[in-house]
Amino acid sequence: MNNDTILQVDNLKVTFDISPEGAMPWAKSQSLRAVDGVSFELKAGETLGIVGESGCGKSTLARAIIRMVPAKDGKVVWLGSDLLTLDKKTMRGHRKEIQMIFQDPLASLNPRMNIGEIIAEPLKTHYPKTSKSEIKTKVKGVMERVGLLPNLVNRYPHEFSGGQCQRIGIARALILKPKLIICDEPVSALDVSIQAQVVNLLMELQEEMGLSIIFIAHDLSIVKHISTRILVLYLGNMMEMANSADIYANPRHPYTQALISAVPIPDPIIEKNKELILIEGDLPSPINPPSGCVFRTRCRMAQDICSNEKPEFKNATNDHKVACHFSS
Amino acid sequence: MIVANKKKIHQMSDNLSESEFVQGRSLWADARRRFMGNKAATVSLYILVLIVLFSFIGPWFAVWTNEEIDWGAMGSAATQGMPSFATGHFFGTDDLGRDIYSRVIQGTQISLMIGVIGAAIAVVVGTLYGSISGYVGGRTDQIMMRIVDILMAIPFMFVLILMLVVFGRSIGMLFVGIGLLSWLDMSRIVRGQTLSLKNKEFIEAAQATGVSDFKIITRHIVPNLLGVVAVYATLLVPGMILAESFISFLGLGVQEPNTSWGALISEGAGTIRYDTEWQLLFPLAFFVVSLFCFYFIGDGLRDALDPKDR
Amino acid sequence: MSFLEVNNLNVEFDTADGKVRAVNNVNFSLEEGKTLAIVGESGSGKSQTVFAMMGLLAHNGTSVGSVKFDGNEILNLTGPELNLIRAEKMAMIFQDPMTSLNPYMRVSEQMAEVLTHHRGLSKSDAVKESVAMLDAVQIPEAKSRIRMYPHEFSGGMRQRVMIAMSLLCQPKLLIADEPTTALDVTVQAQIMKLLSDIQKEFGTAIILITHDLGVVAGNSDNTLVMYGGQVMEIGTTEQVYANPTHPYTQGLMSAVPRLDHDGTELTTIPGNPPNMMLLPEGCPFCPRCKFAKSECKTKVPELIFTGTSGSHYRACNVAVEELV
Repeated sequence: MNNDTILQVDNLKVTFDISPEGAMPWAKSQSLRAVDGVSFELKAGETLGIVGESGCGKSTLARAIIRMVPAKDGKVVWLGSDLLTLDKKTMRGHRKEIQMIFQDPLASLNPRMNIGEIIAEPLKTHYPKTSKSEIKTKVKGVMERVGLLPNLVNRYPHEFSGGQCQRIGIARALILKPKLIICDEPVSALDVSIQAQVVNLLMELQEEMGLSIIFIAHDLSIVKHISTRILVLYLGNMMEMANSADIYANPRHPYTQALISAVPIPDPIIEKNKELILIEGDLPSPINPPSGCVFRTRCRMAQDICSNEKPEFKNATNDHKVACHFSS
Repeated sequence: MIVANKKKIHQMSDNLSESEFVQGRSLWADARRRFMGNKAATVSLYILVLIVLFSFIGPWFAVWTNEEIDWGAMGSAATQGMPSFATGHFFGTDDLGRDIYSRVIQGTQISLMIGVIGAAIAVVVGTLYGSISGYVGGRTDQIMMRIVDILMAIPFMFVLILMLVVFGRSIGMLFVGIGLLSWLDMSRIVRGQTLSLKNKEFIEAAQATGVSDFKIITRHIVPNLLGVVAVYATLLVPGMILAESFISFLGLGVQEPNTSWGALISEGAGTIRYDTEWQLLFPLAFFVVSLFCFYFIGDGLRDALDPKDR
Repeated sequence: MSFLEVNNLNVEFDTADGKVRAVNNVNFSLEEGKTLAIVGESGSGKSQTVFAMMGLLAHNGTSVGSVKFDGNEILNLTGPELNLIRAEKMAMIFQDPMTSLNPYMRVSEQMAEVLTHHRGLSKSDAVKESVAMLDAVQIPEAKSRIRMYPHEFSGGMRQRVMIAMSLLCQPKLLIADEPTTALDVTVQAQIMKLLSDIQKEFGTAIILITHDLGVVAGNSDNTLVMYGGQVMEIGTTEQVYANPTHPYTQGLMSAVPRLDHDGTELTTIPGNPPNMMLLPEGCPFCPRCKFAKSECKTKVPELIFTGTSGSHYRACNVAVEELV
């Protein structure tokens, strides 16, 4: 497994223009800063977990990387070329290499197509000259790979359970043998016992195919289980990034510390004796984010400097980056 | 079905023969099953089919053509023109001695044709217009919909009558007029549906895969619209027939010797004082029954294609 | 005699495709001021159990059995008797606070409605008490905020409003149906702490329904595990977590990733959640159980004492010693 960097995201910003409530149609629109300067690198075979709560911009970030929402600024360098500056045709070619799986397994499948057609669609789109028999063989192969019996090709999505639908989604993503799969909350809508099946499947596939994965979720336990490194987002900004073990053992950002403390561990003795770090207050509006550090309005360590100066996202120790003026 | 580990799957699939492939149960099949369970809708469907068959096969049994004049009944329809099997005037004659049976057949053909073709134009034009407008969004969508708004604001009947008076009364003109205005509602509805579909994850998935916009509209959006379109189209047909009937009732619709339900009803209503009820009742019966059937079928379709299943 | 006793509760639904048994012979009890967590996945019947208790079943559902609240039978009550139980004795909060609050009414109106209806207070008195309750659930500036509409609150705030509303008549039992599933994890921590504070202050008993094993671990005295409408295991939370004696519970515990464990492979439970229309004759977990014996297909396991401390029961045809 080579360790080349395949994806480099550089200061990516995504803003949405929205018209203020109740304003006239010609009134100036406000900008909602969904993603406000995110940078990271991803190597082949690595899994980057992106965590954050509602409004942190993680889903928007995922879509911006593959240009499904327009980015305002920044670069997304994939295998040497900046995806954001490519023309549509070349970009389309790269879509073979980056695939995505979605949160709601049933909704991500066209209810009017049978699963054979759904899984074959990427193949037909990028290689329209493939023969019918070859399509059949490839679909069969990828269905077996994700644990679905191939004789179910003619069934429709609503005839499957949530976990099976997610496997169909994964099969569709795999058929072109991509290098990167972006998973947007792929297991949140599934039952606990099924979540484990899908997570194990993804980890197996990564081992086998040398896939890189960007795993976006709000459940820190699952993200830590599957990821090599974790990036913590808050209100569109990066708070902390380190490898999974390090982030848990040694969280340096107050937000990360609160987040980890809030995650319940299935052990009554640990839970009932836990020192809970609670965050007060509400999420600020992304239209008018707080000056300086965006977390300062809810941070127990906030000082004057936090509202005047935005903390730089830099190395605290080796490979452990934090954006805080007081990271210990 | 238990999803087992890799080895088991390989073994199981290797043992499967071609014939063991499980048949899928598409949403259309489900809807069809529900539709067939709706008695009012299925009965209406059969009646409608019978009426259509009648318009094709009916002429075989006709003794008189629709233009032939029965000199014996002319002028004395009240006494000589009554419906009877003996004279061959199954539905009686009108004041000019023409056989109402044949005229009703012709009227059925023409009214149904206008209804169905009008609805078909609405469906094709409206679906394309609405889905493109909804999918492209932004400025284009705004402009396209404002055009629809403006066209809708124009009083339909007024324009139709004006066109018929200016360009002459022909069936062609009728089609043009009705067709020009029937697709507006449909495009609004299709646009609305497209907007809600656009945000669904399977559309996002198709975009992320790199499927072209055109293919997304034809392969993903339109098939998921067809349910709503089918329901609305079925309810459009009676609307078309009613519009045409109204025009013909005013005397501006299909011209002699062609006739439609509206024209026949108009004539029949005019002579009702003279004890010749059959001249009104037969075309009216066909008209009312057909419209009811379309409405019941439309209702049945709407229930069968319940959005809950989408 | 416990404060809440549920015996042989069965809930059946009459559907177009036949009868569906959603809850099958459920037994449990709850002491005053304690918390019982009911854990299960989709189709486990956990929500239907409490709906039956509150009289909230859909019209095609029937419940049989016994639910004794403070000595009185409350199952299948109707009309004014049922209304006396609701809000005053038992209250419920739901998963999605947005849909359980009327979007067209101000919060003050919705809360006052509970008090004017159940305790006959005047409107102004009712609002005063509501403000006091909102303060108790730590909503800042309660006096001005109470006049706002539900959509003007954030998800966590709305859930607090729901909790406040449910406590207005000081019920002895609060049923929380997946109260934090739709919330962020930091907000979840706040809400769970709030519930625990309320329990300490008012002595309210809580039935907590969830699928999150972590939430259960930190917030309950007793745990009930359900699958396919039946009770699989019940005991104190410490017992069930330290010593899960049912294959399903064991499977669940090892399928859940833990923040404090390293990324070893998760042991999965093979198969899919049960199809309630086609439950097997015997144990509902049998198709997915790796210890299943032939009798499991036909014999419904009874809830039997595990032999360890006083309150730990399991419903399994396979003896504990054979579960290796």
